[in-house]
Amino acid sequence: MVKTANRDDILAILSEVKDPEIPVIDVVELGIVRDIVIDDNELRVDITPTYSGCPAMQVIEREILSTLQSHGFQNARVNTVYSPAWTTDWITPEAREKLRAYGIAPPAGRSDFGGIAELVSLRRAKPTTECPFCGSANTIIKSEFGSTACKSIHYCNSCHQPFDYFKAF
Amino acid sequence: MSDNLFQYLLRLGDDRLVLGHRLSEWCGHGPILEEDIALANIALDLIGQANLYLKIAGETEGKGRSEDDLAYFREAIDYRNVQIVELPRGDYAFTIVRQFCFDVFNYHVLEQLQSSRHAELAGIAAKGFKEARYHVRHSSEWVLRFGDGTEESHTRAQNALNELWRFTGEMFEADEVDHAMLTDGIGADIEGIKPKWEAVVKDVFSRATLSVPNDPPAMTGGRRGRHTESLGHMLSEMQIVARSHPDAQW
Repeated sequence: MVKTANRDDILAILSEVKDPEIPVIDVVELGIVRDIVIDDNELRVDITPTYSGCPAMQVIEREILSTLQSHGFQNARVNTVYSPAWTTDWITPEAREKLRAYGIAPPAGRSDFGGIAELVSLRRAKPTTECPFCGSANTIIKSEFGSTACKSIHYCNSCHQPFDYFKAF
Repeated sequence: MSDNLFQYLLRLGDDRLVLGHRLSEWCGHGPILEEDIALANIALDLIGQANLYLKIAGETEGKGRSEDDLAYFREAIDYRNVQIVELPRGDYAFTIVRQFCFDVFNYHVLEQLQSSRHAELAGIAAKGFKEARYHVRHSSEWVLRFGDGTEESHTRAQNALNELWRFTGEMFEADEVDHAMLTDGIGADIEGIKPKWEAVVKDVFSRATLSVPNDPPAMTGGRRGRHTESLGHMLSEMQIVARSHPDAQW
């Protein structure tokens, strides 16, 4: 028997579960909670992975279950769905501001960046990434791969700070 | 039908698992910190993709084998990857030129698999396709810089291409499994992808001032379990912990 709850109650509880690698945003804001199904016997939370190999997903799944249990939902289950694929477009505006305040430039611009011809050119247009510390647009990209799958490494020429960018994906 | 699907999923999984493992060997040994991190990230993407393909491969087979069982408890002869991904990592130019050849192939395969009739496969491919775009950008940039760079970097990149070219044809060899999956609307048209792949890689190699060898792509057999000696050595290292402690949980 599942404790009585509606969808909004569950979403409020899930907002206590933070991304283990970026602890200022929660799993709901991140857009990985795709559905909540409540029936007589079970509470099911559908989540979708961010990147194929993101090691945080297993931690997040355990955190979701333990948080729900601490609120009295013993029969909760986490189900992983793959379609449609997660996109940074699902990150809420509030979460983007939290990222910036934390020192991570939030995703901006196109997440598809063109076809194969555009991908294999050194002369392709590079989007401007604003420094999360001083707001300057005078920044350079150091590497498209960073400390986690979702981030790239940048440097601000104005305030001379290295910073992370949450890649548009 | 389900055996063809099982074989097809094994191929998708094994290509990415083996190449991901080869890339992971650079972790802690990259030429500069940013490249060390980049290759570890790309390895993580590929191994993550392999994990998902092998998971549904095990479910399709229906004998209770998990993705870990398939990764750690198969011999080289049961692996279904193309040979190009199993070759030792070589120098950085070799790693990058091999990666570029695979990345452009992977890009086109996943682009098609996004609309596979197999819904779970389509979803996994859609995510992998986004990742493949970052991979193509990374490897093509380095091919251009190495080829059109210093005498040393050019020589190393050309040597890598000379060694690798004969392994590239295997990626586009379609057999009865590929044909069945294509007919069923599940798999990609790898024969149709070949001219697209060639156009892209030849354009980049030309801009990188690298010469594509004249010798025909000759190496084949990986899809049927015939591998170079390198795969067995690689698997013995990759599998040793799981095989030494078969019931371990961590």
